[in-house]
Amino acid sequence: MNTTYETVIGLEVHLQLRTETKVFCGCSTKFGSRPNSQTCPVCLGFPGSLPVLNEKAFLYSIKAALALNCAIQSLVKFDRKNYYYPDLPKNFQISQYDMPLSYNGSLEITSGGDRKRVRIKRIHLEEDAGKLTHPAKASYSLVDFNRAGMPLLEIVTEPDISSPQEAYDYLTALKAILQYLRISDCDMEKGSLRCDANASIRKSGEKKLGVKVEVKNMNSFRWVREALQYEADRQVSLLEAKENIIQETRLWDAGKMATISMRSKEEAQDYRYFPEPDLVPFMVEKTIIEEIRKALPELPEARTNRFVKDYSLSEYDAKILTSQIDLADYFEECAKQYENKKTIANWITCDIMAQMNIKNSGIIELGVLSKNLIGLLEMIDSQEISGKTAKDVLIEMIETKKNAYEIVESKGLLQISDRERIDQIIKNVLSKNGKSVNDYKNGKKNAMTFLVGQVMRQTQGKANPSIVNEILKKHLAE
Amino acid sequence: MVSYIKISLSAGRQGVTRVGIDKKIVKSVAFLSRIELDEKELEIYSRQLASIVSYINKLKEIDTKTVPPTSHPMAALKNVFRKDILKKSLELDDVLKNAPSKEGDSFKVPQIIECK
Repeated sequence: MNTTYETVIGLEVHLQLRTETKVFCGCSTKFGSRPNSQTCPVCLGFPGSLPVLNEKAFLYSIKAALALNCAIQSLVKFDRKNYYYPDLPKNFQISQYDMPLSYNGSLEITSGGDRKRVRIKRIHLEEDAGKLTHPAKASYSLVDFNRAGMPLLEIVTEPDISSPQEAYDYLTALKAILQYLRISDCDMEKGSLRCDANASIRKSGEKKLGVKVEVKNMNSFRWVREALQYEADRQVSLLEAKENIIQETRLWDAGKMATISMRSKEEAQDYRYFPEPDLVPFMVEKTIIEEIRKALPELPEARTNRFVKDYSLSEYDAKILTSQIDLADYFEECAKQYENKKTIANWITCDIMAQMNIKNSGIIELGVLSKNLIGLLEMIDSQEISGKTAKDVLIEMIETKKNAYEIVESKGLLQISDRERIDQIIKNVLSKNGKSVNDYKNGKKNAMTFLVGQVMRQTQGKANPSIVNEILKKHLAE
Repeated sequence: MVSYIKISLSAGRQGVTRVGIDKKIVKSVAFLSRIELDEKELEIYSRQLASIVSYINKLKEIDTKTVPPTSHPMAALKNVFRKDILKKSLELDDVLKNAPSKEGDSFKVPQIIECK
Protein backbone atom coordinates (compact mmCIF):
# COMPACT_ATOMS: atom_id res chain seq x y z
CA MET A 1 0.00 0.00 0.00
CA ASN A 2 2.28 2.73 -1.28
CA THR A 3 -0.25 5.23 -2.49
CA THR A 4 -1.36 7.78 0.04
CA TYR A 5 -4.94 8.93 0.01
CA GLU A 6 -6.65 12.01 1.29
CA THR A 7 -10.13 12.18 2.68
CA VAL A 8 -12.56 14.80 1.44
CA ILE A 9 -15.49 15.53 3.74
CA GLY A 10 -18.47 17.83 3.58
CA LEU A 11 -20.88 18.14 6.47
CA GLU A 12 -24.57 18.91 6.61
CA VAL A 13 -25.86 20.01 9.99
CA HIS A 14 -29.55 20.24 10.84
CA LEU A 15 -30.40 22.46 13.74
CA GLN A 16 -33.80 22.74 15.40
CA LEU A 17 -34.41 26.36 16.26
CA ARG A 18 -35.59 27.16 19.77
CA THR A 19 -38.91 28.80 19.00
CA GLU A 20 -42.12 28.36 20.95
CA THR A 21 -44.04 27.25 17.90
CA LYS A 22 -43.42 25.38 14.68
CA VAL A 23 -42.13 27.07 11.56
CA PHE A 24 -45.40 27.29 9.63
CA CYS A 25 -48.09 26.83 12.29
CA GLY A 26 -48.80 27.65 15.93
CA CYS A 27 -48.25 24.14 17.35
CA SER A 28 -45.85 23.79 20.25
CA THR A 29 -42.26 22.65 19.70
CA LYS A 30 -42.03 21.16 23.20
CA PHE A 31 -39.96 17.98 23.33
CA GLY A 32 -41.22 14.72 24.78
CA SER A 33 -44.99 15.27 24.69
CA ARG A 34 -47.58 12.63 23.87
CA PRO A 35 -47.18 11.53 20.23
CA ASN A 36 -49.24 13.60 17.79
CA SER A 37 -50.58 15.89 20.53
CA GLN A 38 -48.81 18.90 18.98
CA THR A 39 -50.27 18.75 15.50
CA CYS A 40 -52.81 20.71 13.48
CA PRO A 41 -54.19 20.79 9.93
CA VAL A 42 -51.08 22.69 8.72
CA CYS A 43 -48.38 20.36 10.03
CA LEU A 44 -50.51 17.31 9.26
CA GLY A 45 -50.86 18.53 5.69
CA PHE A 46 -54.65 18.58 5.55
CA PRO A 47 -56.02 19.83 2.25
CA GLY A 48 -56.67 23.54 2.19
CA SER A 49 -54.51 24.42 5.19
CA LEU A 50 -52.05 27.24 4.70
CA PRO A 51 -48.56 27.66 6.15
CA VAL A 52 -47.47 31.06 7.51
CA LEU A 53 -43.81 31.65 8.33
CA ASN A 54 -42.79 32.07 11.97
CA GLU A 55 -41.00 35.42 12.13
CA LYS A 56 -38.77 34.39 15.00
CA ALA A 57 -37.54 31.29 13.16
CA PHE A 58 -36.68 33.50 10.19
CA LEU A 59 -34.83 36.04 12.33
CA TYR A 60 -32.95 33.27 14.17
CA SER A 61 -31.89 31.88 10.80
CA ILE A 62 -30.52 35.25 9.77
CA LYS A 63 -28.67 35.46 13.06
CA ALA A 64 -27.00 32.09 12.46
CA ALA A 65 -26.18 32.96 8.86
CA LEU A 66 -24.54 36.24 9.88
CA ALA A 67 -22.54 34.61 12.69
CA LEU A 68 -21.22 32.19 10.08
CA ASN A 69 -20.27 35.03 7.75
CA CYS A 70 -22.90 34.23 5.15
CA ALA A 71 -24.41 36.71 2.75
CA ILE A 72 -28.14 37.07 3.28
CA GLN A 73 -29.94 37.00 -0.05
CA SER A 74 -32.05 39.98 -0.95
CA LEU A 75 -34.85 37.71 -2.08
CA VAL A 76 -35.68 34.47 -0.34
CA LYS A 77 -38.29 31.94 -1.33
CA PHE A 78 -39.47 28.52 -0.25
CA ASP A 79 -39.87 25.44 -2.41
CA ARG A 80 -41.51 22.08 -2.16
CA LYS A 81 -39.21 19.09 -2.07
CA ASN A 82 -41.32 16.17 -3.17
CA TYR A 83 -40.85 12.64 -1.94
CA TYR A 84 -42.91 9.86 -0.48
CA TYR A 85 -42.07 8.73 3.00
CA PRO A 86 -44.41 8.06 5.92
CA ASP A 87 -42.73 10.71 8.09
CA LEU A 88 -43.80 13.39 5.64
CA PRO A 89 -47.54 14.08 5.94
CA LYS A 90 -47.83 16.27 2.84
CA ASN A 91 -45.58 14.10 0.67
CA PHE A 92 -43.42 17.15 0.27
CA GLN A 93 -41.18 19.08 2.61
CA ILE A 94 -41.20 22.85 2.57
CA SER A 95 -37.56 23.69 2.05
CA GLN A 96 -35.48 26.08 -0.01
CA TYR A 97 -34.01 25.25 -3.37
CA ASP A 98 -32.60 27.89 -5.67
CA MET A 99 -33.16 31.01 -3.57
CA PRO A 100 -32.18 30.02 -0.03
CA LEU A 101 -31.65 32.37 2.86
CA SER A 102 -27.92 32.70 2.48
CA TYR A 103 -24.75 31.58 0.73
CA ASN A 104 -20.98 31.76 0.99
CA GLY A 105 -20.10 31.73 4.65
CA SER A 106 -17.11 30.39 6.49
CA LEU A 107 -16.00 29.17 9.85
CA GLU A 108 -12.40 29.35 11.07
CA ILE A 109 -11.42 26.41 13.19
CA THR A 110 -8.30 25.19 14.96
CA SER A 111 -7.51 21.56 14.32
CA GLY A 112 -4.36 19.84 15.53
CA GLY A 113 -2.77 23.22 16.18
CA ASP A 114 -3.46 24.49 12.65
CA ARG A 115 -5.90 27.17 11.63
CA LYS A 116 -8.29 26.19 8.92
CA ARG A 117 -11.09 27.94 7.13
CA VAL A 118 -14.10 25.78 6.30
CA ARG A 119 -16.32 27.37 3.70
CA ILE A 120 -20.04 27.24 4.27
CA LYS A 121 -21.88 26.68 1.05
CA ARG A 122 -25.36 27.63 2.12
CA ILE A 123 -27.72 27.95 5.05
CA HIS A 124 -31.42 27.53 4.56
CA LEU A 125 -34.59 27.16 6.56
CA GLU A 126 -36.93 24.21 6.22
CA GLU A 127 -39.41 22.14 8.17
CA ASP A 128 -38.56 18.96 10.01
CA ALA A 129 -40.29 15.65 9.25
CA GLY A 130 -42.16 13.44 11.71
CA LYS A 131 -40.57 10.74 13.79
CA LEU A 132 -40.79 7.06 12.93
CA THR A 133 -40.43 4.31 15.48
CA HIS A 134 -40.09 0.66 14.73
CA PRO A 135 -41.43 -1.45 17.59
CA ALA A 136 -39.33 -4.55 18.18
CA LYS A 137 -40.54 -7.65 16.33
CA ALA A 138 -43.52 -5.73 14.92
CA SER A 139 -44.26 -5.80 11.21
CA TYR A 140 -45.21 -2.12 11.13
CA SER A 141 -43.87 1.31 12.03
CA LEU A 142 -45.42 4.12 14.07
CA VAL A 143 -45.49 7.78 13.16
CA ASP A 144 -45.43 10.77 15.52
CA PHE A 145 -45.94 14.11 13.76
CA ASN A 146 -45.04 16.30 16.75
CA ARG A 147 -41.68 16.91 15.10
CA ALA A 148 -43.21 17.57 11.68
CA GLY A 149 -43.00 21.27 10.97
CA MET A 150 -40.35 22.08 13.58
CA PRO A 151 -38.10 24.86 12.29
CA LEU A 152 -34.91 23.34 10.96
CA LEU A 153 -31.85 25.20 9.82
CA GLU A 154 -29.64 23.35 7.35
CA ILE A 155 -25.98 24.35 7.35
CA VAL A 156 -23.96 22.84 4.52
CA THR A 157 -20.18 23.08 4.14
CA GLU A 158 -18.12 22.88 0.98
CA PRO A 159 -16.00 19.70 0.82
CA ASP A 160 -13.22 21.50 2.69
CA ILE A 161 -12.75 19.12 5.59
CA SER A 162 -9.83 16.77 5.19
CA SER A 163 -9.92 14.40 8.15
CA PRO A 164 -12.37 12.86 10.60
CA GLN A 165 -10.71 14.85 13.40
CA GLU A 166 -11.18 18.05 11.45
CA ALA A 167 -14.86 17.19 11.07
CA TYR A 168 -15.05 16.77 14.83
CA ASP A 169 -13.32 20.10 15.41
CA TYR A 170 -15.58 21.88 12.93
CA LEU A 171 -18.69 20.50 14.62
CA THR A 172 -17.42 21.48 18.07
CA ALA A 173 -16.68 25.02 16.92
CA LEU A 174 -20.01 25.27 15.09
CA LYS A 175 -21.98 24.01 18.08
CA ALA A 176 -20.28 26.51 20.38
CA ILE A 177 -21.25 29.39 18.08
CA LEU A 178 -24.83 28.17 17.73
CA GLN A 179 -25.11 27.87 21.50
CA TYR A 180 -23.76 31.39 21.96
CA LEU A 181 -26.49 32.68 19.65
CA ARG A 182 -29.07 31.04 21.92
CA ILE A 183 -31.16 30.00 18.95
CA SER A 184 -31.16 26.28 19.73
CA ASP A 185 -30.47 24.00 22.64
CA CYS A 186 -28.07 22.10 20.35
CA ASP A 187 -28.89 18.87 22.17
CA MET A 188 -27.86 15.91 20.03
CA GLU A 189 -29.60 13.47 22.35
CA LYS A 190 -32.94 15.17 21.73
CA GLY A 191 -32.12 15.39 18.04
CA SER A 192 -32.07 19.18 17.99
CA LEU A 193 -28.64 19.05 16.36
CA ARG A 194 -28.01 16.36 13.77
CA CYS A 195 -25.20 15.76 11.34
CA ASP A 196 -24.86 13.93 8.04
CA ALA A 197 -21.59 13.65 6.19
CA ASN A 198 -20.41 13.19 2.63
CA ALA A 199 -17.09 11.45 2.39
CA SER A 200 -14.87 10.47 -0.50
CA ILE A 201 -11.21 9.72 -0.93
CA ARG A 202 -8.73 10.49 -3.66
CA LYS A 203 -5.06 9.92 -4.24
CA SER A 204 -3.03 12.69 -2.66
CA GLY A 205 -2.46 15.54 -5.02
CA GLU A 206 -5.32 14.61 -7.30
CA LYS A 207 -7.76 17.38 -8.18
CA LYS A 208 -10.79 15.34 -9.12
CA LEU A 209 -13.10 14.30 -6.30
CA GLY A 210 -13.72 10.61 -5.72
CA VAL A 211 -17.14 8.93 -5.58
CA LYS A 212 -18.91 10.28 -2.54
CA VAL A 213 -20.78 8.30 0.04
CA GLU A 214 -23.34 9.85 2.32
CA VAL A 215 -23.18 8.74 5.95
CA LYS A 216 -26.14 9.19 8.28
CA ASN A 217 -27.31 8.22 11.74
CA MET A 218 -24.43 9.53 13.80
CA ASN A 219 -25.85 10.98 16.98
CA SER A 220 -22.71 12.31 18.60
CA PHE A 221 -19.66 14.15 17.33
CA ARG A 222 -17.59 11.19 18.44
CA TRP A 223 -19.63 8.89 16.22
CA VAL A 224 -19.20 11.30 13.33
CA ARG A 225 -15.45 10.99 13.74
CA GLU A 226 -15.57 7.20 14.11
CA ALA A 227 -17.94 6.74 11.18
CA LEU A 228 -15.83 8.93 8.90
CA GLN A 229 -12.67 7.07 9.89
CA TYR A 230 -14.39 3.78 9.18
CA GLU A 231 -15.68 5.09 5.87
CA ALA A 232 -12.29 6.44 4.78
CA ASP A 233 -10.61 3.13 5.63
CA ARG A 234 -13.34 1.18 3.86
CA GLN A 235 -13.01 3.25 0.70
CA VAL A 236 -9.22 2.97 0.68
CA SER A 237 -9.42 -0.82 0.97
CA LEU A 238 -11.89 -0.92 -1.92
CA LEU A 239 -9.59 1.11 -4.16
CA GLU A 240 -6.57 -0.92 -3.09
CA ALA A 241 -8.48 -4.07 -4.03
CA LYS A 242 -9.30 -2.45 -7.38
CA GLU A 243 -12.98 -2.45 -6.55
CA ASN A 244 -15.47 0.31 -7.19
CA ILE A 245 -16.86 2.66 -4.61
CA ILE A 246 -20.61 2.93 -5.06
CA GLN A 247 -22.33 6.25 -4.63
CA GLU A 248 -24.84 5.46 -1.90
CA THR A 249 -26.18 6.32 1.52
CA ARG A 250 -24.79 4.37 4.45
CA LEU A 251 -25.95 4.27 8.05
CA TRP A 252 -23.55 4.30 10.99
CA ASP A 253 -24.15 1.37 13.30
CA ALA A 254 -22.54 2.26 16.61
CA GLY A 255 -23.02 -1.28 17.92
CA LYS A 256 -21.09 -2.80 15.04
CA MET A 257 -18.82 0.25 14.74
CA ALA A 258 -19.37 0.13 10.99
CA THR A 259 -21.31 1.88 8.24
CA ILE A 260 -23.97 -0.22 6.57
CA SER A 261 -25.44 0.26 3.13
CA MET A 262 -29.01 1.53 2.96
CA ARG A 263 -31.25 0.19 0.17
CA SER A 264 -28.96 -1.31 -2.40
CA LYS A 265 -31.19 -0.56 -5.39
CA GLU A 266 -31.42 3.15 -4.71
CA GLU A 267 -33.44 4.79 -7.47
CA ALA A 268 -32.06 8.09 -8.59
CA GLN A 269 -33.68 10.68 -6.33
CA ASP A 270 -35.85 13.16 -8.09
CA TYR A 271 -37.29 15.68 -5.69
CA ARG A 272 -39.06 17.71 -8.41
CA TYR A 273 -38.58 20.96 -6.51
CA PHE A 274 -40.98 23.73 -7.39
CA PRO A 275 -41.85 27.04 -5.71
CA GLU A 276 -44.13 26.72 -2.68
CA PRO A 277 -47.19 28.62 -3.88
CA ASP A 278 -48.63 28.98 -0.36
CA LEU A 279 -45.74 31.10 0.89
CA VAL A 280 -44.99 34.52 -0.47
CA PRO A 281 -41.42 35.60 -1.20
CA PHE A 282 -39.36 37.29 1.49
CA MET A 283 -37.21 40.33 1.03
CA VAL A 284 -35.11 41.19 4.03
CA GLU A 285 -34.49 44.88 4.59
CA LYS A 286 -30.82 45.76 4.85
CA THR A 287 -31.51 47.72 8.02
CA ILE A 288 -32.92 44.62 9.69
CA ILE A 289 -29.88 42.60 8.69
CA GLU A 290 -27.60 45.28 10.10
CA GLU A 291 -29.60 45.44 13.31
CA ILE A 292 -29.24 41.69 13.79
CA ARG A 293 -25.56 41.85 12.94
CA LYS A 294 -24.97 44.56 15.53
CA ALA A 295 -26.83 42.59 18.17
CA LEU A 296 -24.73 39.44 17.64
CA PRO A 297 -23.23 38.35 20.94
CA GLU A 298 -19.54 37.96 21.59
CA LEU A 299 -18.68 34.66 19.91
CA PRO A 300 -16.49 31.88 21.37
CA GLU A 301 -13.26 32.93 19.72
CA ALA A 302 -13.53 36.55 20.79
CA ARG A 303 -14.41 35.43 24.27
CA THR A 304 -11.37 33.13 24.43
CA ASN A 305 -9.12 36.04 23.52
CA ARG A 306 -10.78 38.25 26.10
CA PHE A 307 -10.40 35.61 28.81
CA VAL A 308 -6.67 35.39 28.06
CA LYS A 309 -6.33 39.16 28.16
CA ASP A 310 -8.64 40.11 31.03
CA TYR A 311 -8.11 37.18 33.37
CA SER A 312 -4.55 36.24 32.42
CA LEU A 313 -5.62 32.68 31.69
CA SER A 314 -3.69 30.34 29.44
CA GLU A 315 -5.17 29.99 25.98
CA TYR A 316 -5.78 26.33 26.77
CA ASP A 317 -7.89 27.10 29.84
CA ALA A 318 -9.67 29.97 28.11
CA LYS A 319 -10.61 27.70 25.22
CA ILE A 320 -12.04 25.02 27.47
CA LEU A 321 -14.03 27.55 29.48
CA THR A 322 -15.48 29.29 26.42
CA SER A 323 -16.31 26.07 24.58
CA GLN A 324 -19.70 26.09 26.33
CA ILE A 325 -21.51 29.35 26.86
CA ASP A 326 -22.93 28.33 30.23
CA LEU A 327 -19.50 27.36 31.46
CA ALA A 328 -18.00 30.65 30.31
CA ASP A 329 -20.84 32.56 32.00
CA TYR A 330 -20.27 30.54 35.17
CA PHE A 331 -16.57 31.34 35.15
CA GLU A 332 -17.27 35.05 34.77
CA GLU A 333 -19.79 34.96 37.61
CA CYS A 334 -17.15 33.36 39.82
CA ALA A 335 -14.48 35.78 38.64
CA LYS A 336 -16.56 38.69 39.92
CA GLN A 337 -16.47 37.24 43.41
CA TYR A 338 -12.91 35.99 43.74
CA GLU A 339 -9.47 37.44 43.10
CA ASN A 340 -7.42 34.50 41.87
CA LYS A 341 -8.83 33.75 38.42
CA LYS A 342 -6.34 30.98 37.70
CA THR A 343 -7.57 29.08 40.77
CA ILE A 344 -11.17 29.38 39.58
CA ALA A 345 -10.18 28.19 36.13
CA ASN A 346 -8.33 25.21 37.61
CA TRP A 347 -11.28 24.16 39.72
CA ILE A 348 -13.74 24.48 36.85
CA THR A 349 -11.62 22.78 34.20
CA CYS A 350 -10.52 19.94 36.51
CA ASP A 351 -12.84 19.02 39.34
CA ILE A 352 -16.10 20.56 38.14
CA MET A 353 -15.76 19.38 34.56
CA ALA A 354 -14.80 15.89 35.75
CA GLN A 355 -18.10 15.78 37.64
CA MET A 356 -19.97 17.14 34.61
CA ASN A 357 -18.51 14.27 32.59
CA ILE A 358 -19.40 11.66 35.17
CA LYS A 359 -22.94 12.97 35.45
CA ASN A 360 -23.19 13.80 31.76
CA SER A 361 -24.64 17.17 32.69
CA GLY A 362 -24.07 20.82 31.98
CA ILE A 363 -22.81 23.26 34.56
CA ILE A 364 -26.29 24.53 35.38
CA GLU A 365 -27.74 21.07 36.03
CA LEU A 366 -24.71 20.24 38.17
CA GLY A 367 -26.18 22.72 40.63
CA VAL A 368 -23.08 24.23 42.22
CA LEU A 369 -23.88 27.92 42.52
CA SER A 370 -20.97 30.21 41.75
CA LYS A 371 -21.10 31.68 45.26
CA ASN A 372 -20.84 28.16 46.69
CA LEU A 373 -17.75 27.34 44.66
CA ILE A 374 -16.20 30.59 45.83
CA GLY A 375 -17.21 29.73 49.41
CA LEU A 376 -15.28 26.50 49.04
CA LEU A 377 -12.19 28.26 47.68
CA GLU A 378 -12.31 30.75 50.54
CA MET A 379 -12.32 27.93 53.07
CA ILE A 380 -9.11 26.65 51.51
CA ASP A 381 -7.59 30.14 51.62
CA SER A 382 -8.44 30.59 55.28
CA GLN A 383 -6.95 27.16 55.95
CA GLU A 384 -10.21 25.85 57.37
CA ILE A 385 -9.91 22.88 55.03
CA SER A 386 -7.07 21.47 52.96
CA GLY A 387 -7.16 21.42 49.18
CA LYS A 388 -7.52 17.66 49.32
CA THR A 389 -10.52 17.81 51.65
CA ALA A 390 -12.03 20.49 49.41
CA LYS A 391 -12.17 18.05 46.49
CA ASP A 392 -14.29 15.68 48.60
CA VAL A 393 -16.43 18.54 49.84
CA LEU A 394 -17.14 19.60 46.24
CA ILE A 395 -18.47 16.15 45.39
CA GLU A 396 -20.62 16.28 48.52
CA MET A 397 -21.86 19.74 47.47
CA ILE A 398 -22.99 18.32 44.13
CA GLU A 399 -24.74 15.39 45.78
CA THR A 400 -26.47 17.29 48.55
CA LYS A 401 -26.77 20.81 47.04
CA LYS A 402 -25.50 22.12 50.40
CA ASN A 403 -22.82 24.77 50.62
CA ALA A 404 -19.24 24.01 51.58
CA TYR A 405 -19.50 25.42 55.09
CA GLU A 406 -22.55 23.32 55.96
CA ILE A 407 -20.80 20.16 54.79
CA VAL A 408 -17.51 20.89 56.54
CA GLU A 409 -19.40 21.74 59.72
CA SER A 410 -21.69 18.71 59.77
CA LYS A 411 -18.94 16.25 58.85
CA GLY A 412 -16.40 17.74 61.26
CA LEU A 413 -13.93 18.31 58.47
CA LEU A 414 -12.63 21.61 59.75
CA GLN A 415 -8.88 21.60 59.46
CA ILE A 416 -6.94 21.93 62.70
CA SER A 417 -4.76 24.99 62.38
CA ASP A 418 -4.55 25.70 66.09
CA ARG A 419 -0.77 25.66 66.69
CA GLU A 420 -1.03 24.82 70.36
CA ARG A 421 -3.27 21.84 69.70
CA ILE A 422 -1.03 20.58 66.94
CA ASP A 423 1.98 21.06 69.18
CA GLN A 424 0.30 18.91 71.83
CA ILE A 425 -0.48 16.15 69.37
CA ILE A 426 3.06 16.20 67.98
CA LYS A 427 4.61 15.98 71.43
CA ASN A 428 2.40 13.00 72.11
CA VAL A 429 3.39 11.30 68.86
CA LEU A 430 7.09 11.95 69.45
CA SER A 431 7.00 10.48 72.94
CA LYS A 432 5.44 7.27 71.62
CA ASN A 433 7.80 6.92 68.68
CA GLY A 434 11.24 7.30 70.16
CA LYS A 435 12.74 4.92 67.60
CA SER A 436 11.66 6.99 64.64
CA VAL A 437 12.93 10.13 66.31
CA ASN A 438 16.32 8.45 66.73
CA ASP A 439 16.23 7.18 63.14
CA TYR A 440 15.61 10.71 61.94
CA LYS A 441 18.44 12.11 64.02
CA ASN A 442 20.68 9.37 62.64
CA GLY A 443 19.99 10.60 59.13
CA LYS A 444 16.98 8.53 58.04
CA LYS A 445 15.02 11.46 56.65
CA ASN A 446 12.00 9.37 55.66
CA ALA A 447 11.29 8.81 59.34
CA MET A 448 9.82 12.29 59.11
CA THR A 449 7.16 11.10 56.67
CA PHE A 450 6.21 8.37 59.09
CA LEU A 451 5.87 10.86 61.95
CA VAL A 452 3.72 13.21 59.86
CA GLY A 453 1.55 10.21 59.04
CA GLN A 454 1.13 9.45 62.73
CA VAL A 455 0.03 13.03 63.45
CA MET A 456 -2.47 12.85 60.59
CA ARG A 457 -3.77 9.57 61.94
CA GLN A 458 -4.34 11.11 65.33
CA THR A 459 -6.33 13.93 63.76
CA GLN A 460 -8.22 11.92 61.11
CA GLY A 461 -6.30 13.83 58.47
CA LYS A 462 -7.56 17.20 59.63
CA ALA A 463 -4.31 18.73 60.86
CA ASN A 464 -3.05 21.52 58.66
CA PRO A 465 -0.14 19.80 56.88
CA SER A 466 2.10 22.83 56.57
CA ILE A 467 1.79 23.66 60.27
CA VAL A 468 2.43 20.01 61.17
CA ASN A 469 5.59 20.02 59.07
CA GLU A 470 6.83 23.24 60.55
CA ILE A 471 6.31 22.31 64.21
CA LEU A 472 7.54 18.77 63.73
CA LYS A 473 10.79 20.00 62.14
CA LYS A 474 11.28 22.39 65.02
CA HIS A 475 10.93 19.62 67.60
CA LEU A 476 13.19 17.21 65.71
CA ALA A 477 15.85 19.86 65.47
CA GLU A 478 15.90 20.27 69.24
CA MET B 1 -40.53 42.59 -7.56
CA VAL B 2 -38.25 42.94 -10.55
CA SER B 3 -35.41 40.95 -9.08
CA TYR B 4 -37.75 38.15 -8.15
CA ILE B 5 -39.03 37.85 -11.66
CA LYS B 6 -35.56 37.84 -13.08
CA ILE B 7 -34.34 35.10 -10.82
CA SER B 8 -37.36 32.88 -11.26
CA LEU B 9 -36.84 33.02 -14.99
CA SER B 10 -33.30 31.84 -14.60
CA ALA B 11 -34.32 28.93 -12.43
CA GLY B 12 -34.37 26.75 -15.50
CA ARG B 13 -37.90 25.43 -15.32
CA GLN B 14 -38.99 26.37 -18.79
CA GLY B 15 -38.80 23.81 -21.49
CA VAL B 16 -39.68 20.97 -19.18
CA THR B 17 -43.08 20.52 -20.74
CA ARG B 18 -41.53 20.40 -24.20
CA VAL B 19 -40.32 16.92 -23.33
CA GLY B 20 -42.63 14.43 -24.95
CA ILE B 21 -44.42 12.08 -22.60
CA ASP B 22 -43.47 8.48 -23.18
CA LYS B 23 -43.87 5.26 -21.27
CA LYS B 24 -40.51 5.66 -19.57
CA ILE B 25 -41.46 9.01 -18.06
CA VAL B 26 -44.87 7.80 -16.92
CA LYS B 27 -43.26 4.76 -15.35
CA SER B 28 -40.78 6.86 -13.39
CA VAL B 29 -43.43 9.39 -12.31
CA ALA B 30 -45.64 6.50 -11.21
CA PHE B 31 -42.78 5.12 -9.15
CA LEU B 32 -42.12 8.49 -7.52
CA SER B 33 -45.83 8.75 -6.69
CA ARG B 34 -45.91 5.16 -5.44
CA ILE B 35 -48.60 4.24 -7.95
CA GLU B 36 -48.51 0.72 -9.33
CA LEU B 37 -49.30 0.53 -13.04
CA ASP B 38 -49.50 -2.58 -15.17
CA GLU B 39 -48.41 -2.68 -18.79
CA LYS B 40 -51.90 -1.90 -20.09
CA GLU B 41 -52.39 1.09 -17.77
CA LEU B 42 -48.95 2.36 -18.67
CA GLU B 43 -50.00 2.32 -22.30
CA ILE B 44 -53.26 4.19 -21.63
CA TYR B 45 -51.78 6.81 -19.32
CA SER B 46 -48.81 7.48 -21.55
CA ARG B 47 -51.17 8.17 -24.44
CA GLN B 48 -53.55 10.30 -22.40
CA LEU B 49 -50.83 12.28 -20.63
CA ALA B 50 -49.00 12.89 -23.90
CA SER B 51 -52.15 14.29 -25.35
CA ILE B 52 -52.79 16.52 -22.32
CA VAL B 53 -49.25 17.83 -22.28
CA SER B 54 -49.23 18.55 -25.98
CA TYR B 55 -52.52 20.40 -25.56
CA ILE B 56 -51.06 22.50 -22.78
CA ASN B 57 -48.02 23.12 -24.93
CA LYS B 58 -50.28 25.20 -27.13
CA LEU B 59 -49.78 27.90 -24.51
CA LYS B 60 -46.15 28.12 -25.55
CA GLU B 61 -47.24 29.43 -28.90
CA ILE B 62 -48.37 32.64 -27.27
CA ASP B 63 -45.80 35.40 -27.28
CA THR B 64 -45.28 36.25 -23.59
CA LYS B 65 -42.17 38.38 -23.98
CA THR B 66 -43.90 41.44 -22.62
CA VAL B 67 -45.94 39.66 -19.95
CA PRO B 68 -44.33 39.34 -16.51
CA PRO B 69 -44.39 35.75 -15.28
CA THR B 70 -46.78 35.05 -12.45
CA SER B 71 -44.49 32.57 -10.76
CA HIS B 72 -46.29 33.38 -7.57
CA PRO B 73 -50.07 33.74 -7.48
CA MET B 74 -49.88 36.79 -5.25
CA ALA B 75 -46.88 38.52 -6.70
CA ALA B 76 -47.65 41.77 -4.92
CA LEU B 77 -47.37 40.21 -1.49
CA LYS B 78 -44.13 39.70 0.36
CA ASN B 79 -42.86 39.16 3.91
CA VAL B 80 -45.97 37.63 5.40
CA PHE B 81 -45.10 36.44 8.89
CA ARG B 82 -46.81 35.23 11.98
CA LYS B 83 -45.59 35.92 15.51
CA ASP B 84 -44.15 33.04 17.48
CA ILE B 85 -47.30 32.61 19.53
CA LEU B 86 -48.73 29.28 20.61
CA LYS B 87 -52.04 28.18 19.16
CA LYS B 88 -54.11 25.28 20.32
CA SER B 89 -53.30 22.08 18.49
CA LEU B 90 -55.98 19.61 17.42
CA GLU B 91 -57.40 17.23 19.99
CA LEU B 92 -55.55 13.93 19.77
CA ASP B 93 -58.80 12.08 19.03
CA ASP B 94 -59.40 14.34 16.05
CA VAL B 95 -55.82 13.97 14.83
CA LEU B 96 -56.17 10.20 14.63
CA LYS B 97 -59.82 10.14 13.60
CA ASN B 98 -59.16 9.73 9.88
CA ALA B 99 -56.14 7.47 10.22
CA PRO B 100 -56.70 4.21 8.37
CA SER B 101 -54.65 2.51 11.05
CA LYS B 102 -53.38 3.60 14.45
CA GLU B 103 -51.81 2.25 17.62
CA GLY B 104 -51.94 4.14 20.89
CA ASP B 105 -51.29 7.80 20.06
CA SER B 106 -49.48 7.02 16.83
CA PHE B 107 -50.29 6.52 13.18
CA LYS B 108 -49.57 2.97 12.12
CA VAL B 109 -47.92 2.43 8.75
CA PRO B 110 -46.33 -0.48 6.89
CA GLN B 111 -42.91 -1.29 8.25
CA ILE B 112 -40.17 1.03 7.07
CA ILE B 113 -36.96 -0.86 6.54
CA GLU B 114 -33.91 1.35 6.40
CA CYS B 115 -31.20 -1.25 6.03
CA LYS B 116 -30.94 -4.15 3.65
